[in-house]
Amino acid sequence: MSYIIKGETGDWEVVIGLEVHAQVISKSKLFSGASAEFGASPNEHVSFIDAGMPGMLPVINERCVEQAVRTGLGLKAKINQRSVFARKNYFYADMPQGYQISQYDQPIVGEGTLILDMPDGATRAIGIERLHLEQDAGKSVHDLSPTKTMIDLNRSGVPLMEIVSKPDLRSPEEAGLYLKKLRSILRYLGTCDGNMEEGSMRCDANVSVRPVGSTDLRTRCEIKNVNSVRFVMMAIEHEAMRHVDVYESGGKIDQETRLYDSNKNETRTMRSKEMAHDYRYFPDPDLLPLEFDDAFVAKIKSTLPELPDDKKARFISAYGLSAYDAGVLVAEQDNALYFEEVANGRDAKLANNWVTSNLFGVLNARNVPITESPVSAKNLGRLLDLIADNTLSTRLAKEAFEIMVETGKDADTVVTERGMKQITDTGAIDAAIDQIIAANADKVEQYRAGKVQLIGWFTGQVMKATQGQAAPALCQELLKKKLEV
Amino acid sequence: MTNLTSFTIADARDKLAKKEFTALELTNAHIAAMEKAKALNAFITPTPDIARARAKESDARLQAGKAGALEGIPLGIKDLFCTEGVQTTAASHILEGFVPQYESTVSQKLRDAGSVMLGKLNLDEFAMGSSNQTSYFGPVKSPWKAKSLADDLVPGGSSGGSAAAVSGYLAMGATGTDTGGSIRQPAAFCGIVGVKPTYGRCSRWGVVAFASSLDQAGPMTRTVRDAAIMLKVMCGHDAKDSTSALLPVPDFEAALGKGVKGLRIGIPKEYRPDGLNGEVAALWDKGIQWMKDAGATIVDISLPHTSSALPTYYIVAPAEASSNLARYDGVRYGQRVEGKSLDEMYGKTRAAGFGTEVKRRILIGTYVLSAGYYDAYYLKAQKVRALIAKDFTDAFEKVDAILTPTAPTAAFGLNDKQDDPVAMYLNDVFTVPASLAGIPGASVPAGLNSDGLPLGLQVLTKRWDEETLFRVCQVIEDAAQFPFLKVPA
Repeated sequence: MSYIIKGETGDWEVVIGLEVHAQVISKSKLFSGASAEFGASPNEHVSFIDAGMPGMLPVINERCVEQAVRTGLGLKAKINQRSVFARKNYFYADMPQGYQISQYDQPIVGEGTLILDMPDGATRAIGIERLHLEQDAGKSVHDLSPTKTMIDLNRSGVPLMEIVSKPDLRSPEEAGLYLKKLRSILRYLGTCDGNMEEGSMRCDANVSVRPVGSTDLRTRCEIKNVNSVRFVMMAIEHEAMRHVDVYESGGKIDQETRLYDSNKNETRTMRSKEMAHDYRYFPDPDLLPLEFDDAFVAKIKSTLPELPDDKKARFISAYGLSAYDAGVLVAEQDNALYFEEVANGRDAKLANNWVTSNLFGVLNARNVPITESPVSAKNLGRLLDLIADNTLSTRLAKEAFEIMVETGKDADTVVTERGMKQITDTGAIDAAIDQIIAANADKVEQYRAGKVQLIGWFTGQVMKATQGQAAPALCQELLKKKLEV
Repeated sequence: MTNLTSFTIADARDKLAKKEFTALELTNAHIAAMEKAKALNAFITPTPDIARARAKESDARLQAGKAGALEGIPLGIKDLFCTEGVQTTAASHILEGFVPQYESTVSQKLRDAGSVMLGKLNLDEFAMGSSNQTSYFGPVKSPWKAKSLADDLVPGGSSGGSAAAVSGYLAMGATGTDTGGSIRQPAAFCGIVGVKPTYGRCSRWGVVAFASSLDQAGPMTRTVRDAAIMLKVMCGHDAKDSTSALLPVPDFEAALGKGVKGLRIGIPKEYRPDGLNGEVAALWDKGIQWMKDAGATIVDISLPHTSSALPTYYIVAPAEASSNLARYDGVRYGQRVEGKSLDEMYGKTRAAGFGTEVKRRILIGTYVLSAGYYDAYYLKAQKVRALIAKDFTDAFEKVDAILTPTAPTAAFGLNDKQDDPVAMYLNDVFTVPASLAGIPGASVPAGLNSDGLPLGLQVLTKRWDEETLFRVCQVIEDAAQFPFLKVPA
């Protein structure tokens, strides 16, 4: 399933590397005690350190270090027990220190791997180059005054993890899958909420193209700060096409930073290579090298949850689910948890069907997460029990489920209140059948003449006569007996 | 009646306890002296009202028997320490009018110990200079006069205001900061004691940063004992400074009086280059003799990378400064010059806000960190810095302390040496190596040259061994019987 751009001169493949900025879940900022919470009034969460006041010094927030290590472990990456914070020097109005404290040649986390779950059930390993900790800048607001720019420093100093992939991605779709998988892992780990709309996860894409069969990397362009998975995919697609067009018309691609305009679906130059900053990185002399021991890492490791890949493998082996179904269920930890509670001791495939089609349908329609599901896992499980013991037909169960969704009541209550018990008493069904046969002699004639598909019509009539409570299988069996004498 | 400004901190401490005079009287005497000595330009911002209010509080605590270690002692604070509610400028136009809402850890500790702040002392702009001539608020004049020169003398720098105020009896002691010699060299020029403790002893929190890996606060006083008393209050671990040492603070004063009998004193040959000023060399020899007389063993040592120290320092310090001073951009505080664009505002603000020497160092620092030059300059300098530190580590295997001159010359005229920055940088040739190594160093006034100007001797010890430092300093002090300036009538 390779992604090929058919050009006039031949086939092209696209080479993509992603840099994701993930906001670390932490109460306070990376180097100050100010709150890192989103949504406060402008400049409400700003300490003297975040405002770059004279003489202020950074002190590392240990919680953020733990979170970075935790994420590194989740990405099966090398944890560097000694790393160094460096200053990235450049001027901007919302960056009070005149430099960003980041990590440069000695990041806290080194190489790792992320597994993509392809739609056909296959997997593909994508290399992680590194993960480092850095502080966010503030926000410049240009539209409040015609002549002034307003600065909000609430984000100044907020902890970020920059997670850099190797240039292993080969299609916009893979880029999308990478982002979704990374987000899933971060959420499992509890290290980033992955909310791209609020900006707690942002993505820069490095894109280049090359003729199929070629192995060297051509000049790349970096598309900055794209804020949804869909836009990342669209931006890559557009940028790759642009590269092919430039090459095929005899031009060359300049290394530069570009912006994606989602309204026009195009990228345009933000900063050319000539205008690129010389960041003058050097080790921050206000901070000692960051060092921790094996015990620190081991303690974090002991608290890791079962991660999506392991969970998926277990769902396949333990529940007999397809790779695709397992992949869908494990993408969100809460969904997987819900499923397991429903599937425990029951028909797992049936549980999967009910969760992924019936329940997800309701949740999508209501736009609520599974943690706010109107039907609890316990109640859905009980409904499946009522199907299993023939109390409810599938049809009745669906009806009961709808009522459970509306009322929040449990399955037994709904069945009792609505008198929804399936009729399995042959006497009662026989009586209904006799009546219908007597009243529809013509249909009986046609059936007996070979139009056997009328069995469906007859069944429907019996269901109607019994207010839908006759057990459908039993119904058909009795009907056939009487019609085929 | 004796002028109250003549006492040492130790004396005043005892006399205040005995209620021979009040803290307010002591403070008023100093405020009067400051008024009279305005021409020295030692203070950028005098704070007489704050001083009197705090002196009254001190008197109440003295009365209640709740005196702190520096209760009622009037001190000057170098204007590099942020002081809550009091303008803090770093002697730069760019910070003119900046009033911090916070107090630096060191000045807070001094305040908590009951000391009285007389005002904010002049310095070289952002502590960059060795003569206090780069201050936006004008140069400081030394209270000393040369026999041969009618011109005023520089007090040294960057803690020039501190040195002038203490030697001229405007304050009993002062805070200084030392990045490459900024406490020790002005102490030598003005004939007082200046101590730069081990890097990490004093918190840098709230001190306007020049070069973070080198900056260290320390006391400037007229006696070794006073320096020991003041330093004990100033240092200690501070969780707000990641480079602050998590070590207990010794009682430095208790180390005094132990002498140097049995100590091995190192004399590094590299500090006696050809052409070393004869009077400086002679004083050094005198110091060596004092050590012998006091029972110490003299050991000739070598610190082979000494000649690389100054060039190393002038890469490392400007590199850090170029980054540390980026925050003075006109956006949030201090001076701003408006421009049509953000970049123009930056350019105009910084062009108008910084003086020549500061600009020079920002440019040097920016250059040595630039792509393509980083390895050749900054990285190489860091490697040489490690070698310089190792020189000292090796030397302290053989000796307990090192004795050298503090500066290659005595103080020079206010109008000399202004157009040659490199000649100015040479003032720090003997002080910079210890700064790069992070070891403690002190300057003690040891004598006068033939022109009647003070010369200092420098004592260096290994990291965290300020106790030995003070012992050696006190022996020099006792032997030198330094002729201090007369207390102004």
